[in-house]
Amino acid sequence: MTYKYIVAGLSLLLSVQVHAATPSTHEYRLDNGLKLIVREDHRAPVVVSQVWYKVGASYEHSGITGISHVLEHMMFKGTRKHGPNEFSRIIAQNGGRENAFTGRDYTAYYQQLEKSRLPVSFEMEADRMRNLQLKQEEFAKEVRVVMEERRLRTEDDPESLTYEQFNGAAFYNSAYRNPVIGWMDDLENLHIDDLKAWYKTWYAPNNATVVVVGDVEPEQVLKLAKKYFGALKPASIPALKPRNELVQTGQRRITVKAPAELPYLLMGYPVPVLKSASPDAAWEPYALEVLSALLSGGDSARLARHLVRDRQIAASASAGYNLTARASDLFLIDGTPARGHTIEELEQALRGEIRQLQETVVSEAELSRIKTQVVASDVYQRDSSFGQAMQIGTLETVGLDWRLMDSYVDSINAVTAEQVQQVARTYLIEDRLTVAVLQPLPLDPDKQRPAAGAAGGHNAIR
Amino acid sequence: MPSVKHALLFALLALANVAAFAAPEIQHWTTPNGARVYFVPAPELPMVDVRVLFDAGSARDDAIPGQAALTSNLLNDGALSNAGELGADEIADRFANIGAQFGAGVDRDTASVSLRSLTQPAVLQPALDTLALLLQRPSFPAAAFERERDRTRVALLAQAQSPGDIAGKAFYRALYDTHPYNAEPTGTEASLDLLTRAHLVAFHKRYYVARNAVIAIVGALSRSEAAVVADTLIGGLPAGEPAPPLPTVEALAAARTIEIPHPSAQTHILMGQPGLRRIDPDYFPLLVGNHILGGSGLVSRLSDEIREKRGLSYSSYSYFLPLREAGPFTLGLQTRNEQTGQALQVLRDTLRTFTEQGPTARELKAAQQNITGGFALRIDSNAKLIEYLALIGFYTLPLDFLDTYSRQVGEVTLAQIKDAFKRRVNPEQMVTVVVGGGATESSH
Repeated sequence: MTYKYIVAGLSLLLSVQVHAATPSTHEYRLDNGLKLIVREDHRAPVVVSQVWYKVGASYEHSGITGISHVLEHMMFKGTRKHGPNEFSRIIAQNGGRENAFTGRDYTAYYQQLEKSRLPVSFEMEADRMRNLQLKQEEFAKEVRVVMEERRLRTEDDPESLTYEQFNGAAFYNSAYRNPVIGWMDDLENLHIDDLKAWYKTWYAPNNATVVVVGDVEPEQVLKLAKKYFGALKPASIPALKPRNELVQTGQRRITVKAPAELPYLLMGYPVPVLKSASPDAAWEPYALEVLSALLSGGDSARLARHLVRDRQIAASASAGYNLTARASDLFLIDGTPARGHTIEELEQALRGEIRQLQETVVSEAELSRIKTQVVASDVYQRDSSFGQAMQIGTLETVGLDWRLMDSYVDSINAVTAEQVQQVARTYLIEDRLTVAVLQPLPLDPDKQRPAAGAAGGHNAIR
Repeated sequence: MPSVKHALLFALLALANVAAFAAPEIQHWTTPNGARVYFVPAPELPMVDVRVLFDAGSARDDAIPGQAALTSNLLNDGALSNAGELGADEIADRFANIGAQFGAGVDRDTASVSLRSLTQPAVLQPALDTLALLLQRPSFPAAAFERERDRTRVALLAQAQSPGDIAGKAFYRALYDTHPYNAEPTGTEASLDLLTRAHLVAFHKRYYVARNAVIAIVGALSRSEAAVVADTLIGGLPAGEPAPPLPTVEALAAARTIEIPHPSAQTHILMGQPGLRRIDPDYFPLLVGNHILGGSGLVSRLSDEIREKRGLSYSSYSYFLPLREAGPFTLGLQTRNEQTGQALQVLRDTLRTFTEQGPTARELKAAQQNITGGFALRIDSNAKLIEYLALIGFYTLPLDFLDTYSRQVGEVTLAQIKDAFKRRVNPEQMVTVVVGGGATESSH
């Protein structure tokens, strides 16, 4: 058991000291290659069990986009032992909650259960890891459900639609250019045989990590894992091509026209992440994380303070960065102009904030405020066993070490004001910027605005 | 399925453990000025969650929708401290400097503020002092009022481009014709124009008072430390008066369908009626019954009929939202415009069949097993526990609500569900809201 003693808030007279034990975490690997990570959390008699597969949208090639996510849906459609939807019924009858999610870099399945029911989860996850039945009849219905999901999340949400097309413009070679849910045209042309091949390629114990967090004894969980997953045959997992993004040599701008009431601005700069950072610049992702918090880490951060409250150019604005992506990603900044202000004014104001970060070193007071929040959040996160399992699963599945979550606070605390300035200068540069603007078309075409013709409508809404 | 039976057997043998898991004991007292306090110690992590609720939700908006929300919204935009007025920046810094997290919001019944903080005194005390200022001496600066009103107008535009939001608003309007639940929490273009800073000052003065307040606390504190938390936050508030009772919601007189064209690919359907009160003799039969009808995700009847069998929608559901007075009973789905008629038919048929015949014995057993077997999951974190604590406190549910929850769910019978749905849900008198239809001809 280790104790952390962290002093922050240097210029604020107050120091946040946290005495919280790092939870006990155990890592195992079965003979068939399955990785098992167990974190103890004995606060309540429950357990969360997650199975993470190294496959997601960034593993897909053009023409089959969305296949990982469709397969995730099909994983509930039964095996030789269990009929369609029976997994869900059994988990429900055991008092459990369950679902699954697909991202760019992973596909994961989870159950939350009273702790004695863990075997129910393991038995079914082991079964569908190798014995899924992919039937045309079920596929035909489920792919239509996924198309409805796409309409709900993307087609009818103008900002989401803008984000999707923005990625297509910002990434040329990177696999991150395609949407996780897939292009509608690809969904329409997906075939059951494509899914069978995808399942056969990626669903195997040596491509999976089982994460268990809860009121459990790690050795008992290992015994259960061996019992249920131990006999599964490993497969030969293909090596992924890197698909490194090419170096951008000039600004890119796109416009998306869609029926909407509000314009929307989205900007992105290519940046390294933990996985892609060079060894001598391993601090850079943490400096970018601090940069993101400086801009939009709550009400005290710069975008809310300067652009929403002080200058009132933005109705909302935020920055985003995901340091645990599998491949180099984008540092995102987005916003909606305040009433009486234009997209152009908002963009200039956001760029002004970036210039400020490049030209002026952040004060110790502001930096330590960010660090203090990170220290506190690290404690708050332990209130959620599901959240802890998510962190472990994400790190492992993108090929990082789960222990990074426990050293995260130290890594953030090591970031200097000069490093924050340095990443702003290195990465947030004009020639690498991609900008997308949502230009609203009238919701009611009878009330057409003179400036917004109907010509672009077909592109946005199917 | 022999192997699954094996696993189930394993689980059944362990049931003794489940029964041994008791809900935490809730400590309850009243502050000298009349606020009710609810506290559960959670010593494992060095943090505390605090929630203060006032009976000051949008049901109190009266003639000007949006004032409850804007009052809540402006709490952290200015406050009078002994050292002078604090602005929004200083307030935000005060919380951020010590890693404390502040939140505020309203629903129909409540206005609530929340605080999450580490428990070391050098952190917790200043966090509480700042929160106390916001509750007791907010200054509602005129400039902040204009800014937040403008941002609310932008929020209205965001809602106007979302078919789901459009449907939700029309649904409430139709369900609560003249009842205060009719008030749109965000306000309307017209009501925002009428609203002044003086409205917010008056609203705060009337409703943010001790006898109209409930405090929930979960965290690594002793009882006496929790009492200090409550006194710091509420001690300086006037006792005031509790908000008056809300009128009873009247049942719908007739079925009504509202169609709103929208250039979306999908049509959003909401169907429902005024449903359930938080304290209600039919609470458990309706809760368990709805779990079977549309409240249990992918294994509910609605999901089975609409998604599993026909692939018509990604999300189809039903729920009772229990409020002080009858909150909505809602059934919903979204489907590609061309399938609207078919989806609506399946939705209606499924509801009709359920209200006429009730669930099967097997469905009831499965639902009860799901709810009771997963009870521990409902309170397995401080964040979830404080939600329940706030509910119990605000609606004055029995202090043993969590202790008796599983038993009450387990005792619900088929006859009770059938009877409760027959009396409380009338499929022939539903409000049906249909938003969508796609781009009209003239847009191409």
